[in-house]
Amino acid sequence: MTVGSPAVVIGILLSTVIVAAWLIWVERRMIGIWQDRLGPNRVGPLGLGQVVADMVKIFFKEDWIPPFADKPVFVIAPAIVMVTMLLGFVVVPFAPGVGVIDFNFGLLYFFALSSLAVYSQVLAGYASNNKYSLLGSLRAAAQSISYEVFMGLAAMGVVMLAGSFNLREIVEAQKDGWYVLPQFAGFLAFLVAAVAECHRAPFDLPEAEQEITGGFHTEYSGMKFGMFFVGEYLGITLNSAILVTLFFGGWLGPAFLPPLAWFILKTLVFILFFILLRAALARPRYDQFMSFGWKVMLPLTLANIVVTGAVGLSVP
Amino acid sequence: MELILFYLSALVAVAATFMVVIQCNTVHALLYLIVSLLASGFIFYLLGAFFAAVLEVIIYAGAIIVLFVFVVMMLNLGSKTIEQERQWLCPGIWHGPAALCAILFAELLFILMRSGAHEAGRIVDSKALGIALFGPYLLAVETASMLLLAGLVGAYHLGRPLKS
Repeated sequence: MTVGSPAVVIGILLSTVIVAAWLIWVERRMIGIWQDRLGPNRVGPLGLGQVVADMVKIFFKEDWIPPFADKPVFVIAPAIVMVTMLLGFVVVPFAPGVGVIDFNFGLLYFFALSSLAVYSQVLAGYASNNKYSLLGSLRAAAQSISYEVFMGLAAMGVVMLAGSFNLREIVEAQKDGWYVLPQFAGFLAFLVAAVAECHRAPFDLPEAEQEITGGFHTEYSGMKFGMFFVGEYLGITLNSAILVTLFFGGWLGPAFLPPLAWFILKTLVFILFFILLRAALARPRYDQFMSFGWKVMLPLTLANIVVTGAVGLSVP
Repeated sequence: MELILFYLSALVAVAATFMVVIQCNTVHALLYLIVSLLASGFIFYLLGAFFAAVLEVIIYAGAIIVLFVFVVMMLNLGSKTIEQERQWLCPGIWHGPAALCAILFAELLFILMRSGAHEAGRIVDSKALGIALFGPYLLAVETASMLLLAGLVGAYHLGRPLKS
């Protein structure tokens, strides 16, 4: 069941956390370029040291717990998103022989952990004992539960084609062609659901700083807020990696680059897509967002499953 | 090794479930319920039912309890309810349920002592599960889906906008 040696496992753990923290700089620079300004470019070459400076600053901030908060839950909440997202990387097939475990139900394991991650937002909002936080966490709960359904249904087409829940077998099954072509509707639905699951703009309604002042993390400061922040970027990285695995052939690619490099390159493309989406689209209203889910995404994903099943049965 | 892991997760499940019952704060009780469900998911995993283990986490811990927490948060129960719960949990109330539970526990022990070892640790893959569900158990699956449909229609009826 194990794939990588302890050194590989530690390498994966460190590189995912470092990449997630470094994405803060990538996001600020990229959105700067998109909006015709420079972004942070003073600390180190190209401003790469900005993340280190931010981390030092955030560690020296006062770690304040509001007196009206539910203390134990308030402290646990930010850790949940970090732990679940890092555990999600356990099943990601980086390359042949590179990964943590080879689990038969890897895809379902990913869904299980992304559904547990919502407790972070829900409990943060509850424990803060604040109107805006509560509104944010109610939105987070409803949004995550709805879009998880579509995410699962969108991935079922791929499972039917590959005949397995094992992410490594799904990648191997794409040797003759990536699933993005036969499963284009599934890919679109999965992409939208992934953005909603990460609470990224344009679907960042649980935070929505203009309406509910930051939502579930309004009362958080210091490194506890930093955990939510890094957890969000871990979520982006994890969802990009799963998108690449399911629809874009994972580590498969022409032989002039090693498999691991292909996987990282493809994942980076999706991470950049997630980031630039924030600068490109405006946030929908909450009711529009939910009715879009149940009236467009659900029929689309169900029709995708029916068509995939029918084609799969008629063309052996 | 597996036996130690099994008893450890079983212990966690029992302790967490006990805490659900005696906890006065509703949200804290729900948190213990999540731990209990995760522990039972782990037991499924140790028995080789990987699919059931993951579904336990996705469906129960990841969706149903989120809805429970959602509703409890909307009710906005304050310190008043905690006080009320504390009064309801007075020791005198425990005698009846404890006696009934003791009878069930004795029955369970009796059955466990009498029957021999059962088959466990066989890995069940998703294909075998699907064949079983849509083969011999098809009628049960269809009945369950009809029950869910009835629930859905009922929920829609209760939630429809009132005619002014």
